Formats: sequence, structure tokens, C-alpha cells
Amino acid sequence: MSLTAPPRPEAQPTPPPRPPLHRLVTGRLLRWWRQLTAMRTALMLLFLLAVAAIPGSLLPQRSLSQASVNRYFAEHPTLAPVLDRLYAFDVFSSPWFAAIYLLLFISLIGCVLPRAAEHARASLAPPPVAPRHLHRLPESGEIVTSLAPDLALDVAEEELRVRRYRVARREGRGAHSAGSSGNGPEVSAEKGFLRETGNLLFHLSLLALLLGLAGGKLWGYEGSILVTEGQGFCNSFQQYDTYSTGPLVETSDLSPLCVDLTDFRAEYEQDRTAASFTADIEYGPPGAEGRATTIGVNDPLRTGGDRVYVTGHGFSPCFTVTVPGNEPFTDICAPFLPADLSTMASEGALKLPDLGAGATDQLALQGFFAPTGVLQGGVLTSVDPRPLDPQVAVFVYRGYLGLDSGLPQSVYSLDQTQIDRERLNRVGAANLSVGESTTLPDGTVVAFSGYKEFAALQLSHDPGQLWVLGSSIALLAGLLGMLLVRRERVFARVRPGPDGGGTVLSIGSLTRGSADTGPRFTALTDELRAALSARADRTPDPGPAPVAPSADGPAPEKEIPPS
Amino acid sequence: MIDPSLASLSDTLFSITVALYSLAVVAFCAELAFGARRSAASRELVGAGAAVPPVAVPPAETPRARRVGLAAMGLTAVGALTHAAVLVTRGMATDRLPWGNMYEFATATVLVAVVAFTVLAVRAPVLRHIGVFVLGPVVLSMVAIGLFLYAEAGPLVAALRSSWLAVHVSTAILGFGIFFVSGLASILYLVRSRFEEKPAGEIPPNSMLARLPSAAALDRTAHRTVVFGFPIWTFAVIAGAIWAESAWGRFWGWDPKETWAFIAWVVYAAYLHARTTSGWRGRPSAWVNVVGLAVMVFNLLYVNMVSTGLHSYGGVS
Ligand code: HEM
Repeated sequence: MSLTAPPRPEAQPTPPPRPPLHRLVTGRLLRWWRQLTAMRTALMLLFLLAVAAIPGSLLPQRSLSQASVNRYFAEHPTLAPVLDRLYAFDVFSSPWFAAIYLLLFISLIGCVLPRAAEHARASLAPPPVAPRHLHRLPESGEIVTSLAPDLALDVAEEELRVRRYRVARREGRGAHSAGSSGNGPEVSAEKGFLRETGNLLFHLSLLALLLGLAGGKLWGYEGSILVTEGQGFCNSFQQYDTYSTGPLVETSDLSPLCVDLTDFRAEYEQDRTAASFTADIEYGPPGAEGRATTIGVNDPLRTGGDRVYVTGHGFSPCFTVTVPGNEPFTDICAPFLPADLSTMASEGALKLPDLGAGATDQLALQGFFAPTGVLQGGVLTSVDPRPLDPQVAVFVYRGYLGLDSGLPQSVYSLDQTQIDRERLNRVGAANLSVGESTTLPDGTVVAFSGYKEFAALQLSHDPGQLWVLGSSIALLAGLLGMLLVRRERVFARVRPGPDGGGTVLSIGSLTRGSADTGPRFTALTDELRAALSARADRTPDPGPAPVAPSADGPAPEKEIPPS
Repeated sequence: MIDPSLASLSDTLFSITVALYSLAVVAFCAELAFGARRSAASRELVGAGAAVPPVAVPPAETPRARRVGLAAMGLTAVGALTHAAVLVTRGMATDRLPWGNMYEFATATVLVAVVAFTVLAVRAPVLRHIGVFVLGPVVLSMVAIGLFLYAEAGPLVAALRSSWLAVHVSTAILGFGIFFVSGLASILYLVRSRFEEKPAGEIPPNSMLARLPSAAALDRTAHRTVVFGFPIWTFAVIAGAIWAESAWGRFWGWDPKETWAFIAWVVYAAYLHARTTSGWRGRPSAWVNVVGLAVMVFNLLYVNMVSTGLHSYGGVS
């Protein structure tokens, strides 16, 4: 069976009157704001931050090691540039990481500040009015007592106060109305405000911590430099081998500080485990008499917001080069970089551009330093990180070093392109112990005159650091409050007993932050019942509704079990 | 100075500990088996009589099962003592805190997990029934630690010679060990809650799952342990940052270990939130806890052994 309905005219939904554009925009903005500041969003953003951090831990990062990034580029020549465009090698300074971070920050502000204001208001206000139906609370029960309602409520109030609840007593809703369905007088009690305080402290500290981190990134800087014993550096970006600085650092902000390395010591256990590195330094403003101190691993110099660390060490072999008929170049030392920290076998170069008369007879050494050298088949290796028998294996080059070619080159190796173009040619090679020398065909003598130690020093400046420390301690305190304190609300209400005598005390409680509240509630009601009967023992029977006098004291209390 | 005889005593104690834990696993298994026979019998009775849901009435424990269970707990406790002795003798052999490399760190973490389980099972005896599922992974972990992470007793490298070692690493071990037990509780919760959802007819007789504590008890255990472990973990991360500031020149540098500690922290914070968020209670939040454990284990193994970072003190080559 089918019904044919007459074709209905096209429904013409009357469009709601279009609100003015600015209302539309503010309305949408408001909705976005609400969404952004919902706790769920904040958590999602935090989660996103954690997920965004994952590539930063799996891919090499420039901030940690430029060398491993270069290696990755060499191994994945097609993938690496694509990843690089996505900031995969600078995850923690990438725009998308910053975007998550900023959104989280705004979200936290929008969600925590109103809550803090709300909490401040609530801590001044009395505990809330009791709900109409106490038996609907998670825990509830009733106690019957022979005391008059007001007296029974007095007892309940006192018992709660003793337990350090904040208590408010109110005439119940509809108590005055004739119908007995109205609620009698009631008590609201509350404790555990520290839970919410802890919660707010935690979230506010999280905010403060993010602020401190951001401040440190914006106004912080650090520079690293290798300093050989007897040398020093001053805090300026031109002097550092490598440095990184926050976007808001002005060169003029750098604190005036110079550090000289007087002595460096590395100590080892018998099994060659590094035991300690210590550097004797002198520090102070430029030009002033330095103050002596000793720094080491786990023990930096802290002075006026700057810290100076020992981050590594190594050896600088020293050479004396004598060109016939010229003044000798005595004891020129160059840091050689350790290639193997367990034996301190090191590699490096010494460039002497000023040695020859012109640009084509410059001299350079490239070589290998072994603090405890052993020759195996003519090849020098190191067997111990301690300088027990220092030896070098050097190649001597003469020609054009290319230092003024405009291209930057490493101080630790010679420019391979000059060697390939045969503008820099090997003129000698030798394995030398301290004091030994080799003579080149033109009569130039290269002597291994000894070694010094160098320290890798780092100067760091992070103005946000103490702030972050304070925030994280506050965060932990807030966390403990939030996790350990229970917030409990207890409500009690009295109504006259069913047979006109005595009182029924209904009691209910609501606990946040604890799973099994049953036993605690039972304990509370037990104690309350005991207090009521103790009071009843002391109190003469309440007047108006005389209970049948009984020889054995007041009517027995009984509890109506929770429904 | 390394004392070689103490060091080898420590290694011997390690083997004894593994043996004791393995015996405990056997005993825990036997306890479940003895209990299950009785419960199967009672289910037949039930089948003939009233239709009582099998889960609502957990089968009572037979005296024999109880005896075996207590013996298993005893083995676990003695194992924990020799386990502690492994670390004490190693500490004495090397004259330092016994957590300077991955072998020692992981061994200590497993000890914390065993102690945490023992404390839980003493306070709530029903939790004894998860013993095999805790001690089983414990034995597996110990064997893996002995095989793959073992490092000779030796002195600490310079960077670790700081009182922060005691603060940072001890709390990290504590937090990790507690999260370990918590993660296992959540895994068991996932299994058990699926079991409880099944209609009575589909439950195979002799199911060991019937002997597990209720899903609610497992969930509560998982939550409580995280509530206990989370502040400890937070503290460990903060202490690590304080140490990094004096050891590495910055308090936070997104070193792989730091990154994954942060990720774990966020996951556990999310777990605590999920437990109080409607729609996330129960299984979803338990999964978050399991992810947390996976992150912790990943952080220990992958970050120490595969990636290179400042935390590379593993001593595993
Ligand atoms: C954006 C606004 C946020 C709000 C309004 C908020 C609110 C809350 C609330 C109401 C609780 C208490 C739950 C309870 O009573 O049991 C809580 C607990 C917690 N919050 Fe948040 N939260 C926010 C963001 C975050 C973030 C970003 C984190 C980062 C880790 C976080 C970490 C925690 C932790 C660990 C707890 C403990 C959970 C527990 O009580 O068991 N919250 N938060």
C-alpha cells in the first residue's frame, strides 16, 4: 500500500537573521578560546609535545652533534634534505615545536588562572549547601538518637570541627514549611582544601617553568673553547670555537669575564677509568688581577650568573721548528683532538704560515699524538690515556696552506684541497719521542719538544635557570598536595524521629582522591554514634516529647543501613 | 680498589637469586593450579544448581593452594634478600654505590619491583595471585640482564662521582621499579576485565584467570602504585636536571635520555588524568599505563644501547 502525498513545496528554511560580522567573529573567537583552554586540550598539547620530541631523540640533532648530522646526510643523501626542510635535525628549535609549546602555554593560562580565582573565592566562602538527597551521595547512612534535633546536630558539628573540617550550619530548605518533606537543619563540612591548592600550585608552576625555560632560551648563551695550559680566553663570541646564543642576546650584554688556565690534571684509576679532571684557573674582569680557583667535572665555577665548566680535555704537543739561518720558532703547541677517549690517541695539525718568506713556502705538521706510544710495525698507537711515554707521528708539509683563501678551514687538519692540488706537499715524516727531531731535505729541523694539556671549557649563561629550579620545586610540592590530600565533604541533616521522639541524623560524604572511602565513612559514623550516645547519657531527656522512661537508660541507638 | 672475591660473590648471589625467583614462579604456578582444580569442581556444582555468575563468587582457596602460595611468597622474600645482597656485595667490592652502569641499575630496578610486589601482597593477600605474572617477567628480566647487560665490577667514571648519583639514580630506580609493578597490574587488569565480561558459559574450566584478583582490585593497585611512583619519578627528573646543570653545563638539553624521561612523565601524568576523565576510565587508561611501561623500558634499553648521548654510562659494549 502506498500513499501518494501531494508534492510538497520545497522547504524554505528561513535563515536565521545573520548576526553582524563582528559578533560572528567574536563568537567564533570565544568558542576557540574555550576549546583551547579546556583541560583536555592542554593535555592533548602536552601529549603532542611529548610526541613531537620523539623524532628529536631518534634523529641526530644539530644542537647535540653537528658531526652526526653530517654523517646522516652522507648516509641518506636523498632523505636528509627533505627531513631537514621539516626541521627534523633541529626539532627543539623548530617552529612547529615552538607552536605546540606556545599553544600549551596559552591554554594553561586560560585554564589555570580562572581556576585559581575560583579557588581563592571558594576558600573564603563557607562550605556549600548540602544536597537535597543525602542518600544519593557515594557514602551515606542514618543514625537514630534520642537527642533533640538541635542537640544532635550540635554533636555532629563539634565532632566534625574536632576533625578539622570547616563547618557551616544552616537552617535547611523548607524547614519552616508545615509539610515534613522539607529538609531540616543541616551541617556542611569540608576539608582537604590543600588538594585543590596543590593542584593549582602544580599547574601554575608548570606555567612558571615554561616561562623560565623560554626566558633562558631567549636570553641565554654558551660558548666553548679549547684552552691550553698557560693560555686563556675572554667572554666574547669572536673568541669561542663554537657558540650558540638566544635571539635576544646583545653582544654588549656579555658579562666581562676572562679565564686563564694555569694547570690541568687528569687522574685515572688503575684500570684506566677516568677518575677526575681538574683545572686550576684564574678568572676576573679583563685587565684585573684574576682570582684563582679550581674547577672540575661536576664542579663548575659559578660567578655572577655565568658558569664555567670543564667539558673535556686533551693534549697539545709542542714543537720547535728551526729554519736554517733564522730564529727558531720555539715550543709552539697546538691542541690535538682525542680520537679515542680510552687511550687519548689524538689527531691534529700545527700550521706555521709565517715561517717561510712567501705564501708558497709555509710549513705545517699534521699528525698523531700518543700519550703512551707503542710502535707496532712502524705504526704508532696509544695504549694508555696517561702521558707515560708521549710520542708523535707527524707528516711535514710545505707549500700554500690556503688560510687566506676565504674558505673556513679546521684548525685540526690541513686543507685537503691544497694537498690534492699539489700546492701543499709532503716533505717529511717521522715518529718522534720527546726531545727527538727530524731534519727536512732543506735543513729545517722539526723537534718534538714536549706537550701541554688543554681543557675544553664552556661558559654558559642562562638567566632562567634559578626560576626553573624554583618552579620545579613548587611543582613537586603541588603534586604531593594534589596526590596525597583527600578532599572530603560531609553533610549532615536532622529530622525528628519517626515516632515523634529523638532524631534521625542523615549523613553523607563525598571524597575526591581516594578509592576506598567506605571504611573511613564507617569509622566516622561509628565515632559519631558513640559521641551521640555519650552525649545522650549526659543529657536529661529532651522535654516536649517524653519518651517512655525506661530503667536501662536511653533508647538503644540503631543505624538504618544505607539504602 | 676492586675486591675481586666480593665481586665474584656478588655474581654468585645473582645466580642464586635467579634460581630462587624461578622456584617462586614454579610455586606460584602450582598455587594457581591447585586452586583451579577446586574451582572447576565448584563450577560443576554451580552448573547443576543455581546460575551464579562465576566471577561474583571467587572460588575459595584450598589449604594446599594456600600453603604453596605462602611458600612462593617465602621464596620471593628470600630471593629479594639475596638480590639485595647482590647489590650490597657489589657496592662493597667497588667501594661505591652499586648503580654505576646499566647492569647495576637494571638489577636494582628489578629488586624494587620485587619488593613493591611483596609489600603489596603482604598488605592485600589477594594480590599474591598475580605472583606468577610478576615473578615471571622478573626472572626473564634478570636473565636478560645477566646475559646482555653484565659489566665487570669497576670504578665509577669521573662524571658519575657526585652525590647526585645517590639522589638522582636512587629515585629513578625506585620510580622505575614501582612503575614496573604498576604496568604489570594494568596488563593483568586488561586480561582480567576481558575475562569478566565473558558470559559464564564461555569460560573454560580450570581457567587460571578465575584465580586472579578482580579487575577492580588490579585497577586500584595499578593506580595506587602510579600515584606513589609519579612524584618519585618527578623528583628523579628534577634531580637529574640539577645534576646535569653541574655535570654537563645545562640543566636540560633534550639529550635522548632526557627526552624519553620527559615523554614517560607526560604519559604517566596522562594516566592519572585519564583515570578521572569520563570515557577514559578502565581499559583505555590501563593502556596508557602500559604505554608508560613500554616507554620506560625503551628508555632503558634503546637509549642506552643504540643511541648515543651524554647518558652513555651503560658500560655495555
Ligand atoms: C589546562 C588545564 C588543566 C586543568 C584545568 C587541569 C585540572 C586538573 C584537575 C581538576 C585535576 C584533579 C583531578 C582529581 O581531582 O583527581 C588535575 C590533576 C592532575 N593534573 Fe591537571 N589540569 C590541566 C592541565 C594539566 C597538565 C598540562 C598537566 C601536565 C602534566 C597536568 C597534570 C596533572 C596531574 C599529574 C594530576 C594528578 C591526577 C590525580 O589527581 O590523580 N594537568 N588536573
